[in-house]
Amino acid sequence: MSAHLKQDEPDTRNVLDGMEQGIIGQPLARPDGLAKVTGTAPYAAEYPVADCLEGVLVTAPFTRGEITAIDKASVLSMPGVVAVIDDERLTARAAQGTAGEAPEQPAREVGYFGQPIALVVAQSFEQARDAAKHLTFDYRADDLDDVPLDPETAGAEPQDGATRQGDLAQAMSAAAHSVDVTYTTEGHNSAAMEPHAAIAQWDGTKLTVHASLQMLNYNIAELADALGLQEEQVRLISRYVGGGFGSKLGISEETVAASIAAMELERPVRVVLSRQQVFQTIMRRSETKQRLRLSADKDGHLTGFGHEARVSQLPGETFAEPVLQSSEFLYAGENRLLQLEVARIHRMTAGSVRAPGEAVGMPALESAMDMLAQQVGIDPVELRLRNIPERHPSEGLPYSSRKLAECLEQGAKAFGWDSGARQPRQHRDGEWWIGTGMASAARVHNVAEARARVTLKPDGTALVETDMTDIGTGTYSIVGQVAGEMLGLPMDQVLVELGDTEFPRGPGSGGSWGASSIGSAVFVACEELRAKLASKAGVSTDELKLKDGGVVGGATLVELLDGEELSFEGHYEPGDIADDYTASGYGAFFAQVRVNRFTGETRVDRMLGAFGFGRVLNAKTARSQCLGGIVWSIGTALTESLLFDPVDGHVVNCDLAEYHVPVHRDVPDLEVIMVEERDPAASPIQAKGIGELGMCGGAAAIGNAIYNACGARVLSFPMTPDKVIAAMPD
Amino acid sequence: MPITINSQTYDLPEDNRVTLLDFLRHDLGLPGTKKGCDHGQCGACTVLVDGMRINSCLSLAAMHDGDHITTIEGLGTPAAPSKLQQAFVEHDGYQCGYCTPGQICSATAMLQEIANGWPSDASDSLEGPMVVSGAEIRERMSGNLCRCGAYANIVAAIEDVAAAEDAA
Amino acid sequence: MKPFDFQRADRLEHAAQLCADEGTRAIAGGTNLIDLMKLQVETPQTLVDIHRLPLGRIDDTDDGGLRIGALATNTATAVHERVRREYPLLARAILAGASQQLRNKATTGGNLCQRTRCYYFTNIDQPCNKREPGSGCGALKGVARLHAVLGTSDECIATYPGDMAVAMAALGAVVEIADAKGHTRNVPVRDFHCLPGDTPWRDNVLEDGEIITAVILPPPVAGRQLYRKVRERSSYAFAMVSVAAIVALEDGRFTRADLAFGGLAHKPWQDPRLSALLLGKEPSAKLFDEAADVLLDGAQSYGENAYKIPLARRTLTAVLAEATGMEL
Repeated sequence: MSAHLKQDEPDTRNVLDGMEQGIIGQPLARPDGLAKVTGTAPYAAEYPVADCLEGVLVTAPFTRGEITAIDKASVLSMPGVVAVIDDERLTARAAQGTAGEAPEQPAREVGYFGQPIALVVAQSFEQARDAAKHLTFDYRADDLDDVPLDPETAGAEPQDGATRQGDLAQAMSAAAHSVDVTYTTEGHNSAAMEPHAAIAQWDGTKLTVHASLQMLNYNIAELADALGLQEEQVRLISRYVGGGFGSKLGISEETVAASIAAMELERPVRVVLSRQQVFQTIMRRSETKQRLRLSADKDGHLTGFGHEARVSQLPGETFAEPVLQSSEFLYAGENRLLQLEVARIHRMTAGSVRAPGEAVGMPALESAMDMLAQQVGIDPVELRLRNIPERHPSEGLPYSSRKLAECLEQGAKAFGWDSGARQPRQHRDGEWWIGTGMASAARVHNVAEARARVTLKPDGTALVETDMTDIGTGTYSIVGQVAGEMLGLPMDQVLVELGDTEFPRGPGSGGSWGASSIGSAVFVACEELRAKLASKAGVSTDELKLKDGGVVGGATLVELLDGEELSFEGHYEPGDIADDYTASGYGAFFAQVRVNRFTGETRVDRMLGAFGFGRVLNAKTARSQCLGGIVWSIGTALTESLLFDPVDGHVVNCDLAEYHVPVHRDVPDLEVIMVEERDPAASPIQAKGIGELGMCGGAAAIGNAIYNACGARVLSFPMTPDKVIAAMPD
Repeated sequence: MPITINSQTYDLPEDNRVTLLDFLRHDLGLPGTKKGCDHGQCGACTVLVDGMRINSCLSLAAMHDGDHITTIEGLGTPAAPSKLQQAFVEHDGYQCGYCTPGQICSATAMLQEIANGWPSDASDSLEGPMVVSGAEIRERMSGNLCRCGAYANIVAAIEDVAAAEDAA
Repeated sequence: MKPFDFQRADRLEHAAQLCADEGTRAIAGGTNLIDLMKLQVETPQTLVDIHRLPLGRIDDTDDGGLRIGALATNTATAVHERVRREYPLLARAILAGASQQLRNKATTGGNLCQRTRCYYFTNIDQPCNKREPGSGCGALKGVARLHAVLGTSDECIATYPGDMAVAMAALGAVVEIADAKGHTRNVPVRDFHCLPGDTPWRDNVLEDGEIITAVILPPPVAGRQLYRKVRERSSYAFAMVSVAAIVALEDGRFTRADLAFGGLAHKPWQDPRLSALLLGKEPSAKLFDEAADVLLDGAQSYGENAYKIPLARRTLTAVLAEATGMEL
């Protein structure tokens, strides 16, 4: 049986708050925790599959052109080599998030340096890796003079949907205060710790793939389409995913290649990308160039707001880093110009990396806001507070629940923010200048269609099944907590099974929509189960109080069920409500940094984030999501930058030694404040997205603190020592 | 000479190219040790060789004849986790879990290194005594990347275990 | 990784004999060699496992110095009591490099032979005169962020990436090298690494069949020892610039100023003109600036690495100020 909810209206019933179990929101340890800490949680490449062959991808040593011939014999005589796969169906790129269809094929048409072109399959990994280096092939490569590689000089197309309102130029020239500044940000890589991996098995009619994927509900369609199979012929399993951060939203080259090889060879085949291949063939976050124009009256009220950005992408890809997403609604300013343009270049595919858009758009905006506050001569916290609009500044929509002011105020208080006059170079500790900075956080709230089956077993336990994934975000926890709260069960009485397309389709993990969407599907199923239980207990649903496996003061679930199994598939759909409200998560960051006056090295001394993202479903995993976001803020601010070769466009720093994700020592004590909130318009469980908010603006708090510390106004992220010393006044 | 892993002895692999990491994960079916980069740049493959932590990806299995290796599977099990393993669960010292075995193996050895009085780049004095402080833990654990950004919770978990050991 | 023949050497002479063949490489810690073999940057036909040879001891020398065995791990060296007390510069340099896991494996000899981190060297789909003589230098027109500004050639602008050897150079250490016939020769660390010139494939002066057996530190000298490493992230990163310094003052004037630099050249960089300039003079901001002028005289940048010139100047100034207790 199924239960369906399409949300067209805010759900103000706050059903979860009226339940008895008392586990929703509690900081419970993860049910999957012991498996993870003991090394017994199986990730994609780790399933014991008998007779499994090993595949290694061969990549193109040129930028654009075509593979004209592959000499399979060049490796087939090497020890252990079983096959060279160069099927038409091999994919050249990873699928974009929510594509639901095959990515670019065939792989022999090359659009970027390092693109996979073939798969070498051998008995052992060592044999396959060696042979992959020896495969010879002929190719026609386009003259590099004809191949655009530089986003600065390549032709660019404006994106549809620009916002033009009033006259920004006029507002700028008439303003008491104005800022007109251009920021740049560098490319990022998701760099999830688990490289992309797949083990494919074909039994002649059905393909089963253990893969590392975020969105099985879309991935199954992508893989089926790529292979020319029906979805019914494909099963994907991703019970544990070693991080995704956008890079595993769509199927990537190893999953398709392993599948083709398994079908062709009728043997299981494992393909795991090398770390270098992850860097060179999956997704990059585009670099950006952003012009910010802010005009304000003498008190700092915005009169004009301009945010224009250039990003880059391969020809043929529709994704464009949505840099302006939160700039559309965060601050006031009657005269508005927001325009995104895309330069077409032949670097690897640009795609989603944690918090696409705000991850780089918010730092630029919040840096410009800091400059404006300085010019107006007011506390930057106060500048933000003065510019919180009543309605969406161009669309006129009301906001759903919004805790921006509370985050700014509570964060400032907890951090010990000094709201007095702000001048650089006021504090020194030996060689180090010390300063503070802040920034707002915003990240649009999304939800997606989701299904989950909740079954009450005759023994009084519950089973939740969905193909939703847990990529480290805590899905196993929060799904169990929603079900347990609704059904009056402690966590150990709820078994959560995820990551298998044999289960009902969830929303997938991405865009921070996972928890609120799948949580809502579970909620919908549980409401129906509660109705059934109420009728069995002879009370109305509203009167039904369930706790610890039974009706409070009444029958146990086992007694109520009386040997019967009750099962509902909850089906949640976002409704018209998205057209009625502007929904977003909000927050504020505060940072204290030290900058070495000689070397320009910056270290974060402490950092605080205050966030409002609706209902907290598990305070432990929610806090962890915020902590993770802040760490990414540190990386964006100080260290992370993809470098591209100007001659052929390849990713130069394609490993974890030279692409600098933050290490333990870069991350100081962090404080997270989760502001109490219920957002009835966001989802029927009043929760919003949280996985990305923690990095949407945080880099600006650090950059602004660098300025406050030493007077260097660096206009480019990451603010590496070379840039800081170049901008540092004598 | 055979190699001893978690108290069991095994013969070395035939292909001398096989790293200790692939030997564990593939040949022996002990995938708790993770492959994150295969080049000594992430620490996910950290194991203990005669008590010393190393990156198993940068070591040939053939060079470990006679060595005693401890992997995450040898530190504890779901039924009987080690103190650090328990503390990681309690403090949410992970998210996706992929770097976690390496973090725990590394932390296990690190506490011993501090007890040995070995200095780190964060030590004010090279000559000790060495203390278990946040700053020391952060530097000494910097060879273990966590992309989810669970660092603050990992440090808290380690501090907890160190404090309990200190009290004991 | 290409298949290779794997041999275990039980004696030094045996190892040296085996290594006399071109295409044979000795392996000890393996942290650099296996990394590069996986990328097929290194493709030895034979690997000679020397890690169990008895070359791991750290012993006092007759003249009061210290002999660090080639197979002493970086950890063993950094935690050695005399190194910590009398050669803190060396302990600090080692601890500033890599991670504990890597230092537990990496050896003295291997670390001296560590190859460049140039992105074009480690990518076999790119030109590199060091890896493939005559193929060109990808970094010259490419991204040279890591690259050298001193002692470069048109063939190669790679840097030596290590920290330990920079400290050893400043300490005036000597590399002890043995050959298959049992002969040994001593080469000062400062002369051990080569500049790229027109033989960029040559990292150092080791000949086929030679094996490093030890590094010998001279008796400790009076003075402050400092190692300063500038890096993008606060740990587990190669140096943008590093400075090793042993500095002593008497009556307010320099009596010792032994300096070596990492991240600037294909070798730990030393310039005898620096101590010549500093000795006998009173520390001052002006003098430090003159020292930087001398150091960077002739420095040449290649786009992305232009920052190294001002950064080296500033880091040298910081180190000299710290070493002399000057408030700048």
